[in-house]
Amino acid sequence: MSQTTVVHGEKISLLRVLGPGHIWALGVGIVLVGEYMGWNFSVGKGGAFAALIACWFAGLLYTCVAMIDSEVTSTVAAAGGQYAQAKHIVGPLMAFNVGLYLVFAYTMLEAANAITLGYLVQTVGTMAGFENVHDKPFIVLTIVFLAWLNYRGVYATLTFNLVLTAVAFIAIIVLFASVKPWSGEILKHGDLLNGLPYGMLGVVAALHFGLWYYLGIEGTCQAAEEVRSPARSLPLGTMTGIITLLLAATMTWYICSGLMPWEYLGQAVTPLFDAARLTDSQPLMVLLFIGTVFSTLASANGCINDASRAWFSMGRDRYLPTWFGAVHPTNRTPYRAIMFLVPVALVFAYFAPLDQVITFSILSGLLGYTYMSFNVIMFRKKWPLDTIKRGYVHPFHPIPAIVLLVLCSVTYFAVFLGYGTQLVAMMVFFAVASLWFHFHRYKYVRRGDQFTMDWPRPAGY
Amino acid sequence: MHAFEILEYVAWGVAAVLGLWMLFDMIKTDRSYSEEFLTSSKEGEIRDALVIDPPHQGGHL
Repeated sequence: MSQTTVVHGEKISLLRVLGPGHIWALGVGIVLVGEYMGWNFSVGKGGAFAALIACWFAGLLYTCVAMIDSEVTSTVAAAGGQYAQAKHIVGPLMAFNVGLYLVFAYTMLEAANAITLGYLVQTVGTMAGFENVHDKPFIVLTIVFLAWLNYRGVYATLTFNLVLTAVAFIAIIVLFASVKPWSGEILKHGDLLNGLPYGMLGVVAALHFGLWYYLGIEGTCQAAEEVRSPARSLPLGTMTGIITLLLAATMTWYICSGLMPWEYLGQAVTPLFDAARLTDSQPLMVLLFIGTVFSTLASANGCINDASRAWFSMGRDRYLPTWFGAVHPTNRTPYRAIMFLVPVALVFAYFAPLDQVITFSILSGLLGYTYMSFNVIMFRKKWPLDTIKRGYVHPFHPIPAIVLLVLCSVTYFAVFLGYGTQLVAMMVFFAVASLWFHFHRYKYVRRGDQFTMDWPRPAGY
Repeated sequence: MHAFEILEYVAWGVAAVLGLWMLFDMIKTDRSYSEEFLTSSKEGEIRDALVIDPPHQGGHL
C-alpha cells in the first residue's frame, strides 16, 4: 500500500509525554477499586483479623513486587514492561508467557470493572424506582468509551486517570477522618472484632482476596516508552504508588471493620460506600459513591492502557502477528492493539460471571509475580550492580525475591482452596499456548532483534 | 418508555458511535500510510526516533 500523506520522518514511535504523576495514577488507578470493593471477601473467608493479616501479608508481597520491578524496569525502559524484561533476562518462551499473563490479567480486570460499573448504574436506577433496568448498555459504554480515550492519546488518558484516582483516594481519607479514628465514638472495633473464626486456615484462605488491595500496581512499567524520564519516573511513581495503597488498604480495613459485623462485611458488594451510609452523612454518601464509580473507571482505563501496550510489544517483536505492532501516526498510540482487545473485553464482560473473570485476572497476575522473583535473581547474576547503571537499586537482595516466591506459593494454595478447577484450567491453557509458541510462532521471531538494550555482555557469557 | 430506558438507549448509541468512529479512523489510517511506516516503531530506538507530525502530541494539544 502506498503512502498518501506527507510524513516528516521515516519512523514512528509512542510519545514520551508522561511524568511521575501519570505513573502513580496508572498504578494506583488500576488498584484502588480493590479498596472500594472485593478486598472484603477476605473477611468472609476468615474474619476481620484474617483480612488484616492478609492485607499486610499481601502488602509485603506487593512491596517486594514494587521494589524488584522498580529496579529492573528502570533499566529495561520498554513498552510491555515485564514482558520486555523477560525477553532480555530469561528468554523468548518466558517472555511470551509473561506477555500473555499481562494481557489476560489486565483485560479480565477491565471486564470485571465494566461489569461492576454496569451494576452500580443499574442499582442507582433500581433505587430511583425504575423497573426492568439493565446493566449491559453501561458495561458496553464503559469499555468502548475508555478504549476510545486510549485510542486518542496517552496523555489525556492518564491525566483523566490522575483526576479520577486522586478524587477516589481523597474520598477514603475524608471518610477516615470523618469516622474519628482517634475516638471510639463511631467505630466499634471492641464490639465487632471476633478473633479468627476459622483459625489459621481462614487466614490462608483470606490471602486470595487480600491480593485485591494491590493487584495491578506492577502495571506502572507498561508506560516505560511513554514516560519522559523512565529511570526516575518509573521507580518514583511505583514506590509512591505502593505507599499510597498500603495507607489506603489499612484505612479501609480500619473503617469498615469498625462499622460492620464480619458476617455482613464478608459479602458486601460496596463496603466503603456502605460504611459511608452508616455514618448517616449525605455528603459522605455522595462522595463515596463518586469515589466508587471513579475508582472503577480509573481501573478499567489503566487496564486498557497496559493490556494494549503488552499486546503491541508482542506484535512488534513478532511474538504475535506484526500487524498488532502499529502506532497511530497522529495519536501515537498502539491503536490496533487497543481495537483488537475491545471485543475480547466485551465478550468476557457480557457473558462471563464476575468471580470467574476476577479469578482469571488474579491467577494471571500471580503467575507474573512468581516469574518476577527468579527474574530479578537472574538479572543481578547476569548483570551485577557495577555493570549497568540503574535508576533504583532495591535493598536486601535476594531477600525480597525469596519472600516474594514464598508468598506466591502460599497464595497459590489459597486460590486452590477456593478455585482449584480454574487454577488447573489456566495452567493447562498456558501450557498449550507455550507449545503453540514453541512449535509454530517462534519461527517468525527474529532472534537477533530481541536484545535491544545497550547492556554489556552478561557475566559468564 | 421511562427516563432510564432512554438513558440505556443513549448509552447504546454513544457506544456505537465511538466504536464506529474508531473503526472508521483505523481503516482510514491503514489506507493513508504504508504498513512499513505504521509498524516502524522499534524497541530501543525510542530516543533516536524521528518525530513525525510534531504539532500532534497524542491528541491532547
